[in-house]
Amino acid sequence: MPTYMLSVYGPTEPGEFGPYPSKEAMLEAFADTGAFNDKLEREGHLVFADGLESASSATTVDGRGETPMFTDGPYLETKECIGGFWVIEASDLDEALALAAEGSRACRGKVEVRPFQTSESVAALLER
Amino acid sequence: MKEEIARVHHEEWARVVAGLARRFGDLDVAEEAAAEAFAVAVERWPRDGVPPNPGGWLTTTTATRKAIDRLRRESHRDAKQQAARMLDDDTPFEPTGPVEDDRLRLVFTCCHPALAMEARVALTLRLVGGLTVAEIARAFLVQEATMAQRITRAKAKIKAAHIPYRLPTADDIRERLAGVLAVVFLVFNEGYLASGGDDPLRVDLTDEAIRLGRLLRTLLPDDGETAGLLALMLLTDARRLARVSRTGELVTLDEQDRGAWDRTLIAEGHALVRERLETVATDDESPGRYQVLAAISAVHTAAPSARDTDWSQIVALYDRLVMLDPSPIVRLNRAVAVAEVDGPAVALAEVDRLAEALDGYHAYHAARADLLRRHGRSDESRAAYDRAIGLAGNPAERAYLTRRRDQLAG
Repeated sequence: MPTYMLSVYGPTEPGEFGPYPSKEAMLEAFADTGAFNDKLEREGHLVFADGLESASSATTVDGRGETPMFTDGPYLETKECIGGFWVIEASDLDEALALAAEGSRACRGKVEVRPFQTSESVAALLER
Repeated sequence: MKEEIARVHHEEWARVVAGLARRFGDLDVAEEAAAEAFAVAVERWPRDGVPPNPGGWLTTTTATRKAIDRLRRESHRDAKQQAARMLDDDTPFEPTGPVEDDRLRLVFTCCHPALAMEARVALTLRLVGGLTVAEIARAFLVQEATMAQRITRAKAKIKAAHIPYRLPTADDIRERLAGVLAVVFLVFNEGYLASGGDDPLRVDLTDEAIRLGRLLRTLLPDDGETAGLLALMLLTDARRLARVSRTGELVTLDEQDRGAWDRTLIAEGHALVRERLETVATDDESPGRYQVLAAISAVHTAAPSARDTDWSQIVALYDRLVMLDPSPIVRLNRAVAVAEVDGPAVALAEVDRLAEALDGYHAYHAARADLLRRHGRSDESRAAYDRAIGLAGNPAERAYLTRRRDQLAG
């Protein structure tokens, strides 16, 4: 079955309650997201899901040179960034998009749906 | 023979591609094999004659073999096993009923909402319409390489993201169908009032859109909006010859030679509108946007002259349309009809309320210029014509607006 990453985007500089306007809103979003995660698990879609600490906690590493370089902060300097993600299995893009719409509603964020490579698509790459 | 092959191409292309796509699960393979099969037909049929079942010949005899050859060449697919499995599938080729028709799956896949609109248009014209990449590129005034890349990318996304090759579920078929109809209408409009280039009309695009509309109507005979869109396109296209003058100037509805309208197309369009009116009356179904637009077109094309048009009926239909789609462009068109019933002053007041939303739209300034002229405000009218001419992309429309401006008194 195809695997998709559903990434949630939100403000890079979060407020007191992350991307949420108040504590109540945050708790509601957590509860809805929790219920959505349970549904994913129950229906056999869930591979992995979690939220990320804020982008300011990130470190960017470049290990291509002789000695690795460490830089404080995220790789891209943008106003919005990834705040968490699901990895799910779905029968096709239609199902993945429908789940992403539910997830977006639950967590109150925009969600990007992106397919993972498959053994077939990697094999096609190797053929080139 | 050339016409015969072109006719078979028109009739069978989508069916061949759609059947191959279902069987091999790959649009790329389907498109290439279908194109190769037609190339073989072009070579052989003039010599051997057209086979009795050209669709079957193309699909089973030729394209399927080409597709299997290609899959065999691609070793990473574990070709032997796959090819063997496909050869086992000896489902005979037969024209299927409308509901099961593979072409409908193909249409919904090409118009999938996860694809950008321009990609949907290009894919639909290529895979369903059978236009060549060069033809599509010419129609949309882009380089052939650009168009080829657009189509390749769209096919790659369908494959990588696993966009399904099937009909949408009952829950979202209405919304998804609206997306399909939007693609067809966009193709039609680009042909009917080309937004750029030197030709005011692109008959290849309007014809293709009508052909797609007829195909959808065959596949979905009970759908109101599908019938409405086809009726709208027919009733619009019927006025084609009267719409551009010999000197290449746009002729507006009130000045058109109604004797030059295509009566066959009008009769067909009117029959569709009547059919929808009856269904709407008995089934308590509320008509969508295309049906209302088609009804407006039907009122226009039923009138012997602009003056004898049932303008209050037109305004009533626009009221309905505004409820479905309260966009500024719909309200602008409504105001133009209001002018015929309540006079230019009432219409102008409505038009001026749309100034902010439509300031960059040539038709807004053209409509306003005409209303100002009729209201005797020549200077303001001239300024509005100038804005409209500056914004219009279509040469015939620019010629018309220039003449109207230059006819203004003093």
